[in-house]
Amino acid sequence: MLGLRRDKKDEEDGFSLNPFNNLEKTSVLQEARTFNETPINPRKCCHILTKVLYLINQGEHIATTEATETFFAMTKLFQSQDVTLRRMVYLTIKEMADLAEDVIIVTSSLTKDMTGKEDMYRAAAIRALCRITDSTMLQSIERYMKQAIVDRNPSVSSAALTSSLHLMRSSGDVVKRWVNEAAEAASSDNIMVQYHAIGVLYHIKKTDRLGVSKLVSKFTKQSLRSPYAYCLLIRIATKLLEEESEGRDSPLFDFIETCLRHKSELVIYEAAHAIVNMPNTSARELAPAISVLQLFCSSPKPTLRFAAVRTLNKVAMKHPAAVAACNLDLENLITDVNRSIATLAITTLLKTGSESSVDRLMKQISTFMSEISDEFKIVVVQAIRSLCLKFPRKHGVLMNFLASMLRDENSSNSSQGGFDYKRAIVDSLIGIIEENPDAKEAGLAHLCEFIEDCEHTVLATRILHLLGREGPRTPSPSKYIRFIYNRVILENSAVRAAAVSALAKFGAHCEELMPSVVVLLSRSLLDTDDEVRDRATFYLNVLKQGNKALNSAYILNGLNVSVVGLERALHSYTLEPSETQFDMKSVPLATQPLAEQKTAEVTPAAKAPDKVAATRQDIYAEQLAAIPEFQGLGPLFKSSAAVQLTESETEYVVRCIKHTFTNHIVFQFDCTNTLNDQILENVTVQMEPTEGFEVLSYVPAASLPYGQPGITYTCVALPEDDPTSVIGTFSNTLKFLVKDCDPNTGEPDEEGYEDEYVLEDVEVTISDHIQKVLKPNFAASWDEVGEDYQMEDTYALSTVKTLEDAVKNIVDHMGMQPCERSDKVPADKSAHTLFLAGVYRGGHDVLVRARLAVDDGVTMQITVRSTDETAAEVISASVG
Amino acid sequence: MDASFPEPSLYTIKAVAILDNDGERIIAKYFDDTFPTSKEQRAFEKNLFNKTHRANAEIIMLEGITCVYRSNVDLFFYVMGSSNENELILASVLNCLYDSVSQMLRKNVEKRALMDNLDGVFLAVDEIVDGGIILEADPNAVVQRVALRTEDVPLTEQTVAQLAEDLPVSMLQVLQSAKEQIKWSLLK
Repeated sequence: MLGLRRDKKDEEDGFSLNPFNNLEKTSVLQEARTFNETPINPRKCCHILTKVLYLINQGEHIATTEATETFFAMTKLFQSQDVTLRRMVYLTIKEMADLAEDVIIVTSSLTKDMTGKEDMYRAAAIRALCRITDSTMLQSIERYMKQAIVDRNPSVSSAALTSSLHLMRSSGDVVKRWVNEAAEAASSDNIMVQYHAIGVLYHIKKTDRLGVSKLVSKFTKQSLRSPYAYCLLIRIATKLLEEESEGRDSPLFDFIETCLRHKSELVIYEAAHAIVNMPNTSARELAPAISVLQLFCSSPKPTLRFAAVRTLNKVAMKHPAAVAACNLDLENLITDVNRSIATLAITTLLKTGSESSVDRLMKQISTFMSEISDEFKIVVVQAIRSLCLKFPRKHGVLMNFLASMLRDENSSNSSQGGFDYKRAIVDSLIGIIEENPDAKEAGLAHLCEFIEDCEHTVLATRILHLLGREGPRTPSPSKYIRFIYNRVILENSAVRAAAVSALAKFGAHCEELMPSVVVLLSRSLLDTDDEVRDRATFYLNVLKQGNKALNSAYILNGLNVSVVGLERALHSYTLEPSETQFDMKSVPLATQPLAEQKTAEVTPAAKAPDKVAATRQDIYAEQLAAIPEFQGLGPLFKSSAAVQLTESETEYVVRCIKHTFTNHIVFQFDCTNTLNDQILENVTVQMEPTEGFEVLSYVPAASLPYGQPGITYTCVALPEDDPTSVIGTFSNTLKFLVKDCDPNTGEPDEEGYEDEYVLEDVEVTISDHIQKVLKPNFAASWDEVGEDYQMEDTYALSTVKTLEDAVKNIVDHMGMQPCERSDKVPADKSAHTLFLAGVYRGGHDVLVRARLAVDDGVTMQITVRSTDETAAEVISASVG
Repeated sequence: MDASFPEPSLYTIKAVAILDNDGERIIAKYFDDTFPTSKEQRAFEKNLFNKTHRANAEIIMLEGITCVYRSNVDLFFYVMGSSNENELILASVLNCLYDSVSQMLRKNVEKRALMDNLDGVFLAVDEIVDGGIILEADPNAVVQRVALRTEDVPLTEQTVAQLAEDLPVSMLQVLQSAKEQIKWSLLK
C-alpha cells in the first residue's frame, strides 16, 4: 500500500519524469533520521534509502561525518523484517563502505543474517559482509564462509565465491585455505556457481603452473554446463599454451578446437578468437576458426557481426591470405547499418584485397566517413597508411583521400576532440612521405594546404619542421616559402617560431633563395615574441656569414644533447660560478629516440614506453650520480641495452648494463636471487679484464633477499696509454655471502658462507663508445667536419650476400645512426651508400660513409671522418 | 606478450549504466579505475550518449572500451567491458539487465516506470554484476532474487485520500497533484 503513496508523491513533483531530480543532499540526509522512529515504516525508509543510493550514484560528494551519521541511523533498520528494506540496507552498506567510518559495527548483524534461515538474506548478507570486512575480521567468519561456499542454495554459493575473489586481493592467504570447498562447488549443477568456483580455483593456483594445468585438464574432460566457464577455461588454456610454447598437438589446443563446435555462440567465438590470436598458427589450424567467424559475419545480431569482423580485422594483418576467403562476406558488410562494422569490414578488405579494389573501397568508405567515431576514423587512417606501404603506386589516390579527410574535418569544424584523428592523418601523411620518395611532393603540398587552416599548434609546428627538413631538397623549394611565410604573419608565437626556423633552413640549403629568405627573416626582427625575434636574429646573422660549416652546425643540424641533461648541467654550472666557459661536451647526448618514435607511430598504443625510453639514460645518470664512488667520472656518455649474463631460470639471474663515461666504463649488474631459502649479502661481480683495462672499484649490493632485484656496480678505467684500444672481453664472477633462511618468514641464519657463481662474459664493443646521433642533413655535416681526420679503406665482406644484410651488420656493429634514411636499401639495386652519424666518447662527431656494391659478395668502401684523430682511427680500425 | 591475451579473470565488466533520453545518468556503476572521478565518468557518458542515441547499432568502441547497448522509449542501457573482452559475454549481461528490468516493470520499460521502481533496479544491477564479476546472467533468477513487491494498484481516488492521510500535506496540495495527474493523462 505504501508504494502507492510513493507513486502519488512522485506525481506531486509535477511534470518532471524524474522524482529524484532536484534532491537536496542535506534534506535527504536529514530525512534519514526517520530511521530512528519506531515502529519502522519499511516503505518510507526504503524510499529514503533509494534516495541516498541515487545521490551516491549521481556522484554527489558525501562527507565522512555525514555518511557516518546516516550509516549509524541505518543500522536501526536491522530491526525490521521487511525483505526489500533489508536488501536495500545491504546495498547501502556496500555503497557507504568507503564513505563512512566504523562500518564494521554491522558485522555481527550481517553474520547473523548470513547464517540465518531466511534464504533471501543470506547471499546478499555475505556480499555485504565481505565488502566491509578486513583480514583480521575475516578469520572470525572464515568458518561461515567455508560453509557458504558449499551451500546448496546457488545464490549463496555464488555470493560466497565471488566475495572470495574480491577478498583475494587483500587476504589471499586466508582464501587459499578454501580451496577444497571451492573444488567441491565446482562440481555444482548450477552454471554460475560452476563458473565462479573455477574462477576461484584458478586464482588460488595461479602461480602454480602444474596446478593450473591439472585444473584445466580436469575440467576439459568433464563437460561443463556454463558457457562462461568454458570461456574462462579457453583463456586459461591459451595462456598455458603461450607460456609453455607447446606445439599444436597438445591436448590444450585440441580442447580449444573442440570448443569451436560448442552449441553456445559465446564459446565458439571465444575459441575462434583465441586460436586466431595465437602466435605462429599455421593456415591449416586457422582455417576452422576463420570459417566460424565467416559464419558469424552473416548473423542477424550486430554484436556477433561486430565481434567476428573485429577479430578478422586483427588477423588480416598477420594472415591476409587466410582472411581473403571471407572477402565475399565482408563485402556484404560494408553497407552495414552499424558503421563500426562497416568500417571494420572495409579496413579488413583493404588489407586483404588486391590493388584493383582499392579505388572502389575508398569511394565506399568516403560516403560515411563523417558518421563514424574518431576511434574508427583512426583505424581507417592506419589501414590506409599500411595500404600505401603495400601498394606504393596507389599513393596518389590514398593521399588525396587522407587530405580530403583533413579538409572535411577542418570545414565541419567539429569541436569534439578531432585532434587525435588529425594527428593520425598527419602522422600517416608524414609516414608516407618518408617511406615513399615519389609521394613526397604531393604529400608536402597536402600538408601545406592543411597548415593554412590548422588550429592545433602541435601539428602546425610539426609540419613546419618537416617542411624545413624536406622542402629545401625538392626540385622547386621556392613554392613552399609562401606557405611558411604565411604562418609567420598569421599564427601564434610557437608556430611563428617554427616557421622562422623552417625559413632559415631554406636559406641555408638553397643559395639562390638566400637573399629572399634574408629579407623575410629581417621582417621578424621586430616580432612581439622573444623567441621568434631571437631565432630570426640568430639565423639572420648565421646566414649572412655565408659559411657552409656554420650553416650546417647551427641551422640544418640542431643540437643533439639531451634536454633534461642540458638543463641539469646548466643548473649546476650556474650554482658554481667558475672562470671556465660552459662546455657543451659535458652535456649527455640525447639517446636517439627516432627509432622508437617510428614504432610508436605504427602502434599509437605504445606511446607511454616511448617517453620512458627517451629519458632512460637520464634516469641512469641520476642513479649513478648518487653513488659517491662515481663522482669524479664526469657526465654519463652512453648506457647500453641490458645483456643477460645468466639463463633466465638459474638460481641467480644477472643482467648487465654498460655505462660509458669519458675515461671509464661502469658496469651495472642487476641481480635477482630466485632462491627463496637464501639471502645473499655483500654481492659483487668480480671482473677479469682484458689487458690494458683496470678495475678501479666495486660497489656491492648490501643484501639480496629472495625475489627483490639488487644492483652492484663495477668501475673500470679505460686504457690510458693507448687510446685506440677500446675493445675488450671481461670474464665475470658473482661473489657473495650466502645465508640460509626460512622460506616462509625470510628470517636468515646468523652464520653465512662465502660462495661464487660464474657468469657469462661481457664484451665491450665499439658501439659502446659511440652515441647515435641523427644528422637531418648529412651532406652539410660531412662538409662541416671536413677532411682533416679522414680514413678510407676498402673491404670485401665475403660472409654477407645481400645489401640489406650488409647494411644491417654495419649499423649493428658501429652502433651509429643511419641518416637520410640510408638504412633502407631500394629493391633491385646493386650499389648503395650508407650514411652513419654518431658522437664518439668525449664528444667528437664521427661520420661514416660506406659505399656498398654487390657482385659476388659485398664490397665496401668505407670513409670515416671525425673531429678527432683518435676517434677516426678507432672507428676505421674496428671495421674488418 | 600479445595484448589480446589478458590475464584470465572473472572481472569482465567495467561498468553498467542506464541513461535517459537526454543522456542524463539514472544509474551508473563503475567497477574499475578506467574513469576514476565522477567528472570523467560524466564526460564519458556524454560522449557515449552522443555516439549512440541516434544509431541503434547495439555495439560501439569508444575510448578503448567496448560498449554494448540497447534502448527502449526513453531509456538507454549500457554494459561496458575492456576492448579485449568477448563482446558476446557483454551482450549476454546487457540482455540479462534489460530483461530483468523489463520483467520487473512488466514490459513497461520506460523512464517513469523505472523511476518508480528505482530500488528494484538498484537491487537488480547488484544481483547481475558484483564488483565487476558477472554474478548472474539469467533474468528469471535475478528477478526472483530481487523479490520486489510487485503489487501494482492503479491510481484511484482512494490512493489520493491515502496520500492525504499518510503525509502531512495540505488539502490544497492534494488537489493540486490530482489536477496535475489529470493533465498528465490528457497529455498522454
